[in-house]
Amino acid sequence: MTAILEIKNLRKEYKDFSLKDINLTLEKGFIMGFIGPNGAGKSTTIKLILNLVNKDGGEINIFGKDNIAFEKEVKNRIGFVLDEGYYYEEITVREMKSIIAHFYDRWDEGAFKKYAKDFGLPIEKKIRELSKGMKMKFSLAIALSHDAELLIMDEPTSGLDPVVRSELLDILSDLMQDENKGVFFSTHITSDLDKIADYITFINNGEIIFSTTKDDIMDNFGVVKGPKELIRNNGSNGFIGIRENQYGFEALVQNKEEFRKLYGDIAVIEKPTLEDIMVYYTRRGIYA
Amino acid sequence: MDIVISNSSEKPIYEQITTQIKDAIIKGVLKEAEILPSIRSLAKELKISVITTKRAYDELEREGFISIVPGKGTFVAAQNKDLLRESRIRIVEEKLIEAVEAAKSIGLSFDELLEMLKLLFEEDD
Repeated sequence: MTAILEIKNLRKEYKDFSLKDINLTLEKGFIMGFIGPNGAGKSTTIKLILNLVNKDGGEINIFGKDNIAFEKEVKNRIGFVLDEGYYYEEITVREMKSIIAHFYDRWDEGAFKKYAKDFGLPIEKKIRELSKGMKMKFSLAIALSHDAELLIMDEPTSGLDPVVRSELLDILSDLMQDENKGVFFSTHITSDLDKIADYITFINNGEIIFSTTKDDIMDNFGVVKGPKELIRNNGSNGFIGIRENQYGFEALVQNKEEFRKLYGDIAVIEKPTLEDIMVYYTRRGIYA
Repeated sequence: MDIVISNSSEKPIYEQITTQIKDAIIKGVLKEAEILPSIRSLAKELKISVITTKRAYDELEREGFISIVPGKGTFVAAQNKDLLRESRIRIVEEKLIEAVEAAKSIGLSFDELLEMLKLLFEEDD
């Protein structure tokens, strides 16, 4: 089965930051959440996928085709929602839509009208009059109105209230009833992904830390809390993001069953959220 | 069919699903040949990953509770009558163990318990 998105050994170097050896694969029919703290390289990776910046090395294949050699064909089948505004501010929603619609072979005006109605898009307003939430909904309406097979989104929900975020997740759920589609979206609001994501890729400082199924992560990782002696006597190996307070320590472990067998009677083990995982990995650990 | 998932439970989500579906089949709430939702629509309704629902269905199929027919859908499999009866007997046994423990904890004798059981059994006749 061809992957819908495949990135191999991707590299990009900036003066103060570089993306090193990025590898990830998304099969069709699934949603992949791309998480990491601010500045980790999420937006850079997405810009490289969309060929908005030039790569320094590696391969990006979408629908099995090189994203640069087959750029036009591939982009026809991708819907995207980016964080920054890239619309003409002085024209209306309807006018902007008409310009964009021309780029897509499979533009579906009926679909756009339906989303515009469902989202309450003010068609005759100028783009600059729209709220952040409305701009995102406009981008989303466009992205969903040309029968796109892959939806790529960069922080689509940042700055949006929980209600709008929940609506977006419902829309993604509906989209995924079609097993030929795929969604790749970056966010640092990981609570959105706790439920809906199938796969999670975690990036930090330009490197992929892990890329696996969300179930794998939730079933195996654990947040552990226990007495300081545990670290003192057994070393800090295997503990991620240790933090000590006056009364004990807390950390993340990759295999909570193993930990339970060794220390289950003197430590507390809890199910982690994706936010926990991100925080513990990016926190500078204080070792005993 | 009702399936309720707890995110805060220690039990993995796919296991919560398999347990609830198995119970429904054993109790007869889900009948033979009844259609089950697709893995995708179940994932959407429960707001979980499709990988989780697939894992649950794969396990239920492996254990003979359901049949996944490509192109047609997922159905409750013809249940092995003996195995089903055995599962139901196990449930009765579990409840009896509860009753025995409760009786012992308040000092009821075996004869008193047996008397209670006899009365309850005859109640519905």
